[in-house]
Amino acid sequence: MIRFIVRRLLETIPVLLIILTATFFMIRFVPGGPFTAEKAVTPEVLRNLEKTYHLDQPLWRQYTHYLGDVLRGDLGPSFKYPNRTVNEIIADKLPVSLELGLLSLIVALGIGLPLGVFAAVKRNSWIDYVCSSVAMLGICVPTFVLGPLLVLFFAIHLGWFNASGWYGPLDRVLPSLTLGCVYAAYIARLTRGGMLEVLSQDYVRTARAKGASGFRVIWRHALRGGLLPVVSFLGPAIAGILTGSFVIETIFQVPGLGREFVNSAFNRDYTLVLGTVILYAALIIALNFAVDVAQVWLNPKLKFE
Amino acid sequence: MLKRVFTLALATLVLAGCGKKNAATPSSHGKTAPQTARQVLNLGNGAEPQDIDPQAITGEPDIKVAGALFEGLASEDPKDLHPVPGLAKSWDISADGTVYTFHLRENARWSNGDPITVDDYLGSYQRMLTPSFAAEYAYMLYDYIQGAREFYDGKTTDFATVGVKALGPYTLQVTLKHSTPYLLKIIASHCAWTPVPVKVLARHGALTRKSTPWTRPENIVSSGPFILKEWRPGQRIVVVRNPNYWDASAVKLDEIHFHPIDHQSTEEKMFRTGQLDITLELPQGKIDTYRKEYPASLQTNELLTIYFYTFNVTRPPLNDKRVRRALALAIDRESLVKNVTRGGQRPAYALNFGGIAGYSPAAHLSGTLAEAKRLLAEAGYPDGKNCPVIELLYNTSENHRAIAEAVQAMWRKNLGVEIRLVNQEWKVFLDMVHTKNFSMARYSWGADYVDPHAFLEIWPSDSGNNNTNWANPEFDSLLKQALAARTEQERFGIYQKMDAILVDELPAIPIYYYTRPRAVNQKVKGFYPTPLDHHPYKYIYLEN
Repeated sequence: MIRFIVRRLLETIPVLLIILTATFFMIRFVPGGPFTAEKAVTPEVLRNLEKTYHLDQPLWRQYTHYLGDVLRGDLGPSFKYPNRTVNEIIADKLPVSLELGLLSLIVALGIGLPLGVFAAVKRNSWIDYVCSSVAMLGICVPTFVLGPLLVLFFAIHLGWFNASGWYGPLDRVLPSLTLGCVYAAYIARLTRGGMLEVLSQDYVRTARAKGASGFRVIWRHALRGGLLPVVSFLGPAIAGILTGSFVIETIFQVPGLGREFVNSAFNRDYTLVLGTVILYAALIIALNFAVDVAQVWLNPKLKFE
Repeated sequence: MLKRVFTLALATLVLAGCGKKNAATPSSHGKTAPQTARQVLNLGNGAEPQDIDPQAITGEPDIKVAGALFEGLASEDPKDLHPVPGLAKSWDISADGTVYTFHLRENARWSNGDPITVDDYLGSYQRMLTPSFAAEYAYMLYDYIQGAREFYDGKTTDFATVGVKALGPYTLQVTLKHSTPYLLKIIASHCAWTPVPVKVLARHGALTRKSTPWTRPENIVSSGPFILKEWRPGQRIVVVRNPNYWDASAVKLDEIHFHPIDHQSTEEKMFRTGQLDITLELPQGKIDTYRKEYPASLQTNELLTIYFYTFNVTRPPLNDKRVRRALALAIDRESLVKNVTRGGQRPAYALNFGGIAGYSPAAHLSGTLAEAKRLLAEAGYPDGKNCPVIELLYNTSENHRAIAEAVQAMWRKNLGVEIRLVNQEWKVFLDMVHTKNFSMARYSWGADYVDPHAFLEIWPSDSGNNNTNWANPEFDSLLKQALAARTEQERFGIYQKMDAILVDELPAIPIYYYTRPRAVNQKVKGFYPTPLDHHPYKYIYLEN
């Protein structure tokens, strides 16, 4: 297992380096720079700005400087927000995105798993149809529709929550629910599929034949196998929740990293683009790795080698 | 194994708990902030401010926050923004208009209690002109102050050669390159001239560079009616009353909360739940609803900003001014603002602004469709025949697309001219326009100060904002003459000639003047529509 982990960690280094290099050059080749503005800055001012941020140096030197800074753990100053560094922005906003992501995940699992199990157990009954329809609806309704609908009903009509903001615990409800619902739908469908396959297995029939109660058969015997597709889905899902929170963060005014991730590209905030890309790349690699470990742990048929 | 599933689930929950602890969530706000006797104004402020250092900022959200924290030599009248005494109690202007002597208030103090003296001004202007500080608006000083350009360009390092001088601890003298009759309007409305606390900045190494933490709540020292209490990026900025402000007794609000909100619809919903008292803007689709159902909450603010289609006048067929004129005449602006933009905008028939600081351009676009057709035929394109397809470039946005499609239909129907619509992401679009890589492009220009000069300074041949390749020596020389004019009447007379040239030559087609329709809670008083959408905060209060 240790060999497996070490190998995977070593594999990560070239992957991150390639991502960093590609992003570094791609963002610089995009037309327009960090100081391109509607009211053009005068050539003298632009020269001084570029000098200040070392953008007047040859690209390879900028690259090697940046690489050196990253190795020292310094992601540089933000071009867009001159009084903050990229490290500070990430330290400030990543926890918010993580909190939103984890709460959404709890919502997704809390709704998706029971729906999927019920649908599979009561296969082809009205319960199945209702659960499957709800899941299909969840997949089809995008977050930018669901979010404003929830705001209209719960915040404006009922007045239970703020329309947006991220101040108190109540402000977490609507964003987590919106983001969670979409993933709940996928999880419900995966759980149903997984459970259906497992429920037709011999060992489940054996458990039934031995007189185990319906609940015990599901809970003790079937669920363990039925969840495997969900677990493999969780890696990309968590990555998706973290990187895809842009829409939710915008609708609900959540001060998370998703908004910075997208807006930094629009602003040509080179250092912030690179910082967030590296961070998300590392997170996705780590999550996929965690899922691989969890799968081996859950499924005795798999081995680390 | 099921235990393992639960262990995983439990780990997730524990992590979720950690996440909650780590997240920056102090001082739970929960529902709408309690507003008993305290006067707390909640404002929608657009995007997240980049910074609030008055000498480093360029964006509107930044300027709105900095306006609460800092004051300049002159400040703005709450209704029409004309200059009124600010940190200077009075000023004298020499007969030739090139020397301004400002008498500073002796009771003006920084928020830390230190007096605001002439040294702060000299230090601030030196900072603004320091190349390594790289202020985007440095030209707002070096275009006007004598010797400032030489200092900025590094031809001299002796700041004493720059035309700003202390005549005593509370007297500042500014010598200009040429009389600049609208200088006070710039000083009142533009933060490039706003002083910063140089002693505090020196402690943070902020006198010669950006990227310092001096503007954070724990460090900042300011001169205006409010001081910064809290800045939670992406959430809100809280400013509270500054007890050391020279006119503190006039300030009515206790706190202002600026909410950075990217989306107009989010903002509108926050207004409806009572989280906001004033939105920055209303979504276009909501304007009619407010007009019909909540007219008292709808405030339409006409801005000193013009929407126009600019030409690259070297590209055929747009190199022929008859074609440009035909295109300009064949747009039904009344119908456009009534049916497409629908925000109460005023159609524009000149490239200057009608009714700005007592000036209205006499020359304006007028002519019939028949004239447009005749001009086009004279240019060699009768009924649009043989006229090459012209590309219209705009930055990706629903509103710009709708306007472009309407204009496309008008030109097709009225002139038989075909255009192709091309949209680009904002910075790509700007890059294409600035490098003149376009034929015709949607653009806009907003004045930085309330004077007709602000709309004319973009068109001289050496202006970085003239992206048209259009050059007119007479126009250039008139602009210089205007700066030397002794009286307002003489100056405005020159502007009339310049506006006539613009309407005749049409380097761009004026379309409409912007408005900003917004929702304003009826309890908010002292908040007037102003031409730059500046709202001096000390005059605003809430009526309970």
